[in-house]
Amino acid sequence: MSKRRPYVRPMAGWWRKNPFFIEYMIHEGTALFVAAYALVLLAGLVCLALGEAAWNGWLGAMKHPLVILFHLVTLAMIAYHSWTWFKIMPKTMPPVVIGGKRLSAAMITGGGLAAVALASLLALGLFWGMTR
Amino acid sequence: MNRPLKRSNAPIFWGLFGAGGMLSALLGPVLVLITGLAVPMGLLFGADAMSYANMLAFAQHWLGKAFLFAIVSLFLWHAGHRIFHSLHDVGIHAGPGAKAVCYGGALLGTVIAALSLLSMGF
Repeated sequence: MSKRRPYVRPMAGWWRKNPFFIEYMIHEGTALFVAAYALVLLAGLVCLALGEAAWNGWLGAMKHPLVILFHLVTLAMIAYHSWTWFKIMPKTMPPVVIGGKRLSAAMITGGGLAAVALASLLALGLFWGMTR
Repeated sequence: MNRPLKRSNAPIFWGLFGAGGMLSALLGPVLVLITGLAVPMGLLFGADAMSYANMLAFAQHWLGKAFLFAIVSLFLWHAGHRIFHSLHDVGIHAGPGAKAVCYGGALLGTVIAALSLLSMGF
């Protein structure tokens, strides 16, 4: 073994030293909440397939204060995902040229957020119509 | 020479990440609001809005089935891909094992969702 001990820059907590990377880690971290919510829904699907008693058990679990708290945090994190998803979109999608001018970043982000509002209202309306 | 280039499977995972990211950006917040907050707390909708009969009917309709399958599986593929690519940032080596856990988990969830939905019939 070599006796050399080259300097290795410490990397622990690297992202906490720069606000840009803190934001980056939070928006990447939203994936944990998307995964957790998908697993809650998946558990619901399995219970629904198992029958009425299992389904009512799942519904009851949704009412637990800690589960409500989890969903409050998840709502905030997934809403943040929506916001960053469309904020980054001008950089992640290919340029769109309309009438010889490139579609502006503000138009892409604004259009995306308008689509979120529209899809949310549509989902609320459909759910209300289907369950009343 | 002139061996054909080996095709990368990255575009498939990236496509699933993008589809799941778009779906969760558009519908994620409102779905959490409905299933996680409004219905459990008895707000906005009726107390039995997500009753067994209502939800079974929804899951037995082909459109409801497709919707539920897309939501659960694409959310999982989106999250699995994003978590896999963030592992390096938090100091975890993103090797084949990590890939198997992230994408394998999404695949397992997809299979369980499909089996559950199919077992409920049409």
